[in-house]
Amino acid sequence: MNYFEMLIAAIFVNNIILAQYLGCCPFVGCSKDRGVAIGMGAAVTFVASMATAFTWLMQKYVLNPFGLGYLQTLVFILVIASLVQFVEMFLKKMVPPLYKSLGIFLPLITTNCAVLGLAILAQRNEFGLGVSVFYAFSAALGFTLALFLMAGIRERLVISRVPKSMQGTSIGLVMAGLMSLTFFAFQGMIG
Amino acid sequence: MSFVKEFAKGLWKELPPFRLVLGLCPTLAVTKSAADGLGMGAAVIFVLVLSNAIISMVRKIIPKKVRIACFIVIAASLVVAVELLMQAYAYPLYQSLGIFVPLIVVNCIILGRAEAFASKNPVHLSIADGLGMGIGFTMSLTFLGALREVFGAGKLFGATVFGPDFKPFTFMVEAPGAFVCLGLILGAMNYLAIWQSKRKGLPEPSLAASCGGCRACSIGESKQIMQEG
Repeated sequence: MNYFEMLIAAIFVNNIILAQYLGCCPFVGCSKDRGVAIGMGAAVTFVASMATAFTWLMQKYVLNPFGLGYLQTLVFILVIASLVQFVEMFLKKMVPPLYKSLGIFLPLITTNCAVLGLAILAQRNEFGLGVSVFYAFSAALGFTLALFLMAGIRERLVISRVPKSMQGTSIGLVMAGLMSLTFFAFQGMIG
Repeated sequence: MSFVKEFAKGLWKELPPFRLVLGLCPTLAVTKSAADGLGMGAAVIFVLVLSNAIISMVRKIIPKKVRIACFIVIAASLVVAVELLMQAYAYPLYQSLGIFVPLIVVNCIILGRAEAFASKNPVHLSIADGLGMGIGFTMSLTFLGALREVFGAGKLFGATVFGPDFKPFTFMVEAPGAFVCLGLILGAMNYLAIWQSKRKGLPEPSLAASCGGCRACSIGESKQIMQEG
């Protein structure tokens, strides 16, 4: 599979939220404003790509040689948590403007199942290092796209008359279902 | 008495996925069939009860600044235990749940209960809370799984429900069906809550909040965390 196909497949065909159900919490929680959605998406893209690279190296050079494969979950989440912490400190010191726009999203990302999920999926698919990182990057772009579209819909939903008991998360999830149905049309486009 | 109260709240009043909207990813992903939902629920009960118990035991010695990291380490160790147990005794289930077994560690339900309950309450209450929440979560997952399986595949726990003429409504077992079903169930829960409080003459209840105050998702909270740390 070449890189272009992989990019399209990860963004549209197997969208991480709408087809694989990873990262639903921020999808529901952080999708009220388009600016916030872009910020969150950018932060996830950044961290997921880096986390996949680090966890890949960890798996290859620490877990596999010592036969510690069963500790994958524990080690990966620790790598991600410390990476997020480190990125936060680094951005704060070195790139203040970026920190200003992404900073508030970083603490949320440790417990984002998209990041851990991508790291584990890359392992399960047995990708090489470069492919893993590219995979995580393109899947995170798909995450950003879904989040942004959702935020756009939700901004409209605020001014529409929704039955009282359906307001908020409930109607949001139904909208997500319709979006997912739309994305379903891409299924079968790329093997 | 309070033991029973903490246990019972998870079963209806604070039903995790439907009232608190906690742990959406597994709720959506593993409810293709009732059996998968039940299995996932059992794994979550195991992790949640033990993590609540352990966190509650060590709550006084964990420094406030690094508490989230400590919770994650405790939860992750328990998840590794669950993974190994499932590989040994329930391998088909382990395979059908796939990536969502390791992802229990980032399920907001674990961290959410640790932060909101176990880190402030004694051990026996925390166990009751974990047990109630876990059973509530399992019930919800099994219910949603059964609903999707019955309409999407015409089966319940693998046994055929409808006659041979039944045409499965495939929408339900695919991703869109999961979102729509969960959305409609949330709406129904809200409707029930509004109706109930109207009948009792109470003020209107708050609607199911997004992510039930799990700190992982709300921007305001995260700002606060940053200022603390």
